[in-house]
Amino acid sequence: MHRYIIKRLLYLIPILIGVTFIVFAIMHFSPGDPATLLLGEDTTQEEIERVREIMGLNDPFIVQYGNFLGGLARGNLGRSLQSGRPVVEEIGARLPATMQLAGGAILVAVVIGLVMGILAATKQYSIFDGGSMGFALLGASMPNFWLGLMMILLFSVYWNNNFGYPLFPSSGYGTLRHLVMPAIVLGTAHAAYITRITRSSMLEVLRQDYIRTSRAKGMSERKVVYYHALWNALIPVITITGLQFGVLLGGSVVTETIFAWPGIGRMLIQGIRTQNYPIVQGTILVFALMFSLITLLVDILYGFIDPRIKAKYKS
Amino acid sequence: MDSKEKNIRGGLKRGNAAVEEVRVKPEKKTRGKWAEVWRRLKKNKVAVAGLFLLVFLAIVAVFAPLVAPEGIDDQNYGRILEPPSGENLLGTDNLGRDVFSRIIYGSRISLTIGFITTSIGVVIGGILGSIAGYYGGRIDNLIMRFIDIILAIPGLLLAIALVSALGPSLTNLMIAVGIASVPQFARLVRASVLSTKENEFIEAAQCLGASDLHIIVKHIWPNSFAPVLVQATLRMGAAIVVASGLSFLGLGSEPPTPEWGALLSDGRRFLRDAWWMATFPGVAIMITVLAFNLVGDGLRDALDPRLKD
Repeated sequence: MHRYIIKRLLYLIPILIGVTFIVFAIMHFSPGDPATLLLGEDTTQEEIERVREIMGLNDPFIVQYGNFLGGLARGNLGRSLQSGRPVVEEIGARLPATMQLAGGAILVAVVIGLVMGILAATKQYSIFDGGSMGFALLGASMPNFWLGLMMILLFSVYWNNNFGYPLFPSSGYGTLRHLVMPAIVLGTAHAAYITRITRSSMLEVLRQDYIRTSRAKGMSERKVVYYHALWNALIPVITITGLQFGVLLGGSVVTETIFAWPGIGRMLIQGIRTQNYPIVQGTILVFALMFSLITLLVDILYGFIDPRIKAKYKS
Repeated sequence: MDSKEKNIRGGLKRGNAAVEEVRVKPEKKTRGKWAEVWRRLKKNKVAVAGLFLLVFLAIVAVFAPLVAPEGIDDQNYGRILEPPSGENLLGTDNLGRDVFSRIIYGSRISLTIGFITTSIGVVIGGILGSIAGYYGGRIDNLIMRFIDIILAIPGLLLAIALVSALGPSLTNLMIAVGIASVPQFARLVRASVLSTKENEFIEAAQCLGASDLHIIVKHIWPNSFAPVLVQATLRMGAAIVVASGLSFLGLGSEPPTPEWGALLSDGRRFLRDAWWMATFPGVAIMITVLAFNLVGDGLRDALDPRLKD
């Protein structure tokens, strides 16, 4: 098992270096001169030239990339062109908010998805099945930014107009009440996928012989479903959750913008608007790192769940 | 006779057998497959509903100037932010424009975005995947590692980075979202090529001296068509959501273009005073994406009935 984990970890390194190269290259060829942005428009050409020299912007692309990688190895992502603070500090200050949002969304998605998926599979062709499948279809087709606006409209604006207070605040961060709407908005599409996968995976498992055997030997239906069927049905669910995590991270950018959530997704958009490229570069790298780590985690989890992988690396 | 020669001879023999088989009923076989798919698709009521919806949306988009009651940018300061009424079915916006008309014109943009971005993904991804799968070895390794790297960056974020580098515009938006969908198709086509490559008819074609390009285009691609078609249909819906999300964030079309995401972004500014401005463009996006998803799912079930539960 150790060999499997080490192999996956080693495989991650060239991927992440490749990601830094691609992101650096994209940002390098972006319009806007960082020196001009840093100093402001009304600076003399000599002054800008001097700062360009200091910042190393006149070096060839490969040298600049080498310097960037060198800095990255020491945990340095450059400085924000707006505040002048290190990008790592700026990201560090906002990362907990993004993690909280992603965590809340995953919780919403897994709870709703599993419950609806199990209901749909165990009561196939019933009203629960129809309802769950309807939810899965609509949830996957609904743009999350629209869902966000509709929830604000309903629970903040409309509620406030009728009852004198908003049920959930439309912006801000800190309490559980602030988290409810953003987490639902970000988690809904994901919940739709999980519902679908849980349903089809459960249906497949429920048809297996060992399920018939456990029923035949008089096991209660509850135990059959939750003990034998669900555990075996979970493998594809975990894979999908891991794969969809990237979509979730992308969605967090939009969700954070709508709810003025102080995470790195909103910082990314603000960074793009102000052409603050060290911030844009840094946040995208952190997102890619988070995604890669989650994928790795899923792979490792897989190794523990699936005996075939365990057996392969046992020696 | 060395083993390679044996293989070739064996391949030829099997190839001849295959030719023999095809010669018996050449056309009926290919027509039969798609007729069967169509027959199964027709039985799936939900998929048929999706198909009707798509055709309807396409007609609306093509004939937008005839369908829409007003023009794309007809401002009227006498009726600013008016709620839905008999006059303006879905209300008016902050410049007194008819929301209904703008959404109808917006369907042209969104459907075009879906089609072009997916085409970019299919073409580039298809070529990369075919090369990787057909030649294998080092080229395969190089291409697939590159794809792995791209896949490590979440799609929407890659598109955001590309748009911010290229500058926000509708064209750049389509390029960015298109490039972000390349890895998906590259992997799909590669897998499909890998499984098709092992067939005898490919060996036969090689023995007959067909060029690699000829084999890929004439023999391998037709066999990859089904999974790509399913993925492309589903991807069109996803691309419309991603693109409208970028527009919503201000990284896409410029005003007064009635792109649905941009309409939503306008609606957000007037959320407290004019709920209709944000509500209806979102409904339009949802219906369109739903239609693509229904057709895509239906096609998948029709092409591979085993997958259906």
